[in-house]
Amino acid sequence: MNKFRSYYIYTTVVLISLIYIIRLFQIQVLDDKYLNMAERISLRRQTVYPQRGLIFDRNKNLIVYNEPVYDLMVSVPIRLKGIDTLAVCKLLEIDKKEFIKRLNKSKRSSYRGKSVFTKNVSNLIYARIQERLYEFKGFFFEIRQDRNYKYNSSAHVLGYLGEVNRSELDKQKEGYYEQGDFNGKKGVERFYEENLRGIKGEKYFYVDKFGVNKGSYKNGKLDKSATDGNNLILSIDIDLQQYGEQLLNNKMGSVVAIEPKTGEILALISSPFYNPANFNIQNRGKYYGKAIKDPTKPIFNRAVSAPYPPGSTFKPVMALIGLQDGAINANTHFGCPGYFKLGRRIIRCHGHTYNTSLTKSIESSCNTFYCNTFKSMMQLSKYENTEEAYNSWRTYLQSFGLGSKLGVDVSGEYRGWLKDASFYDRMHGKGRWNYARIISLSFGQGELGLTPVQMANIAASIANRGFYYTPHVVREIEGLENIPERYLTKNYTKISPLNYDPVIKGMQAVTRSGTGSGVAIKGINIGGKTGTVQNPHGKNHSAYMAFAPVEDPKIAIAVIVEESGYGATWAAPIAHLMIERYLMPDSVTESSRPYLEAKMKNSNLIPIKYRSQRDTSLYGN
Amino acid sequence: METRSRIDIVSLLLYLCIAILGIASVYSATSDQGLYTLLEGRSGKQLMWFGVSIFLGVIIFLLNANFFEVFSWYFYVGLMLLLVAVLFVGAEINGARSWIRIGSFSLQPAEFAKYGTAFAVSALLSSIGFSFSKKGDLIKMAVVILLPMVLIILQGDTGSALVFFSFILVFYREGLTPLILILGLVAILVFVLTLVFGTLYFGVGILLLFLVFFAFTYTNKKFLLPSISIVILAVLFSLSVQFLFNNVLQNHQRKRIEVTLNLIEDNKGAGYNVNQSKIAIGSGGFTGKGFLNGSHTKGDFIPEQETDFIFCTIGEEGGWLASSFTIFLFASFILRLYHLAARAKKKYKRIFIFSLASIIFFHLLINVGMTIGLMPVIGIPLPLVSYGGSSVLAFGIFIFTALRMDATRDEDLISTYE
Repeated sequence: MNKFRSYYIYTTVVLISLIYIIRLFQIQVLDDKYLNMAERISLRRQTVYPQRGLIFDRNKNLIVYNEPVYDLMVSVPIRLKGIDTLAVCKLLEIDKKEFIKRLNKSKRSSYRGKSVFTKNVSNLIYARIQERLYEFKGFFFEIRQDRNYKYNSSAHVLGYLGEVNRSELDKQKEGYYEQGDFNGKKGVERFYEENLRGIKGEKYFYVDKFGVNKGSYKNGKLDKSATDGNNLILSIDIDLQQYGEQLLNNKMGSVVAIEPKTGEILALISSPFYNPANFNIQNRGKYYGKAIKDPTKPIFNRAVSAPYPPGSTFKPVMALIGLQDGAINANTHFGCPGYFKLGRRIIRCHGHTYNTSLTKSIESSCNTFYCNTFKSMMQLSKYENTEEAYNSWRTYLQSFGLGSKLGVDVSGEYRGWLKDASFYDRMHGKGRWNYARIISLSFGQGELGLTPVQMANIAASIANRGFYYTPHVVREIEGLENIPERYLTKNYTKISPLNYDPVIKGMQAVTRSGTGSGVAIKGINIGGKTGTVQNPHGKNHSAYMAFAPVEDPKIAIAVIVEESGYGATWAAPIAHLMIERYLMPDSVTESSRPYLEAKMKNSNLIPIKYRSQRDTSLYGN
Repeated sequence: METRSRIDIVSLLLYLCIAILGIASVYSATSDQGLYTLLEGRSGKQLMWFGVSIFLGVIIFLLNANFFEVFSWYFYVGLMLLLVAVLFVGAEINGARSWIRIGSFSLQPAEFAKYGTAFAVSALLSSIGFSFSKKGDLIKMAVVILLPMVLIILQGDTGSALVFFSFILVFYREGLTPLILILGLVAILVFVLTLVFGTLYFGVGILLLFLVFFAFTYTNKKFLLPSISIVILAVLFSLSVQFLFNNVLQNHQRKRIEVTLNLIEDNKGAGYNVNQSKIAIGSGGFTGKGFLNGSHTKGDFIPEQETDFIFCTIGEEGGWLASSFTIFLFASFILRLYHLAARAKKKYKRIFIFSLASIIFFHLLINVGMTIGLMPVIGIPLPLVSYGGSSVLAFGIFIFTALRMDATRDEDLISTYE
């Protein structure tokens, strides 16, 4: 009997062993549920962020570089056993209640087993916690790259970074971005995002129950290293840019300077501006609200977004159209009695000699000459009616890039105002308007609005005698053969090169003996045109457009100073100081006219009503 | 006549294989990414205890083969005294007062109590005139087993106490009526069914079973009374199960049983260990993640991994190949020991070796069963593999004593076979 009993027991041992071996086969080999669970628990994927491309000015001065920001993360689910929460609170400068609140929030928003506990920890606190991090198991830092700036300058050109938002995440096709990533929101940061951002890498590793890295997955076979972004060389001359910013300090307005031969923007200033460092990831939260509240609109990029009637700076263009269209020729003279009579209306002119030639009309900014030119163009027999003549006039302007976006690589570009004929049809009735209704367009008033960059582009087109390259701030993308194609193609105006000569002569006269002569620069032959733009809301806007040297143009510039007065008083001096600064490297540190320079730098032309509402911390460091 | 005393090579090799497997597993479970060598830390200690075991094994082989039989009761009484002593001078670790500190070492008398009890059981059952039909002998037998169990439960180490149930296999083998075993299994079955389905459904079910049985046997009146009484007893036991479950068991024990029966899912609380353990083993796949490469092992997700849950490390890093090989090794070792028991000529030796094999079997059944979720969590080690000096040493000398007895079997007179 006992022998059988022994066999029963042996059989039991064998049976149990078999049951276990089969059960093991089931959970280890057949069922991959456990493998998936194990990887979910202990496998982590970490993105390796590339260094974002650096940004330099045209002379390879470093402008924008990367600076790490630290996010304090917790692994979820976190076990707080053995963590001195009081010490964590103390280091983070929060109380226990806040600590628990954040922890609960982290637990709710668990994102791939980790979640942000404190965003953008300051360097000081980072250093303090990092030292004791081993005590706080489950807490770790994630480092992301924020931007910092060598110069308190060029904020509107450079733009800024921000976290990718929901719709960007949803819309992206390649799936590059993850929640929490930064991308360029404005300026070149946005335009050249795909060049600057580089290629992300990734790392797979195991973590222990505290979320501490326990070594790579499959010896790093799946890991990919990151490829840094391309550096960007801008066409901006940081010295000229900063100089212009100093001149525009405490003024509302804009300067755009272009190299006519290439369309490269040398300086693009919108004032008031702000310190770009105040708008990086770490600081923007603090300053954005202030900037929004400021009535002088420091975020608004006047250089590309604000349409200003060009005023008298438009006259050279009007002269070019008149010449090209046959309304006038180089020898045309109009008599100016000091006004232009339009039925019972009178358009006043300035005091100058009666007999006005084309050159003289530019030099002395004669309204009558342009009213007459415009009138005769509108009445040319080759046009059936005013509408057709107007459309022809409009087409000339379009060939200068007006009425549509130029395609500048600066954020917020506006197309300006250039109405088509239907606008006047709606206003006055079809066929019921003639030149008299729109005569003010001839001297740059009325329904015409140019952004400063469009104005500068006109100066560049005149300097080039009939063509322009689309203005752009990118000069070179390192690692790429070329900048975008659209910045390398010539755009021709509909004016033949010969017609530019008399106009340029007139513009030269402006700076020799005309409205801009007060600020002429010895040794530089400048072609310019002042403008005083009527402003129904306050003082006139001061405007100026110029290029130099006339023989071999190296810079074309447009300046607008809002609510300040005559073109010759503010805009022209600022433009000339900048031209001098750019063309005469010898006087880089010292202007030939220190008095004028000081006057420009120190004048506060911000309307008094706004002054008290400005927050100066936005502009400084 | 010259008799040679020869150690059983097969058993010795299996012992060494399991020991090496144990040291490697403990090393993997405790060395943080291989920062320590095998000789440092817990694997080093484990190795040292195997060294001590073998040293004591040599001494055991130098002793006279009859030494143990003569001193059986002294061993038993001595160890019972130690179990009593530990209640007063023991150090408390993990809620159990089961350790005696000697210098820098801690000894766990409960691990040695199995060894001592095996002597007592062997001596008692092989004593002249012992019979399972004598009430007095049965009581003696019960006392020998229950005394260490009670003392160990008093220490707060229920798991180690349950191991003494493995002696029932020995008693069965030696002639105890199988009724006890059957009753025990039926009780477990009723217990489980009641917890899963509730007393009412269980009662209805057994009643239906009875009616079917009755339909076939109603002509034969002699089955009626016993079967009715069985039904009543089963229902009564089922009724008491709820009471026992809720009032006798401690909360964590209740939870562990409920988790095993899938009555509750509690992967963060009571079921945490088992769930993590299943994940670790299950993620091992066919060939495993490689030695020292277990992400769950390295990640410290399983508490008590180097002790009670050491099987996870084997399952995760060695995959199904290693885990089933481990079970194969143990099964071979147990069956080999049963073979040694069967070939013993002396009843005393047979019972002693058989006790050892049964105890190892019980450990294997419970320990591996709990890591793969087939058994409730009962904190007992996987012999020779789990980290723990007392366990390694106790099993070591237990095995060497058994092998010593086997080695001199030729000197023994052929005992009468019952």
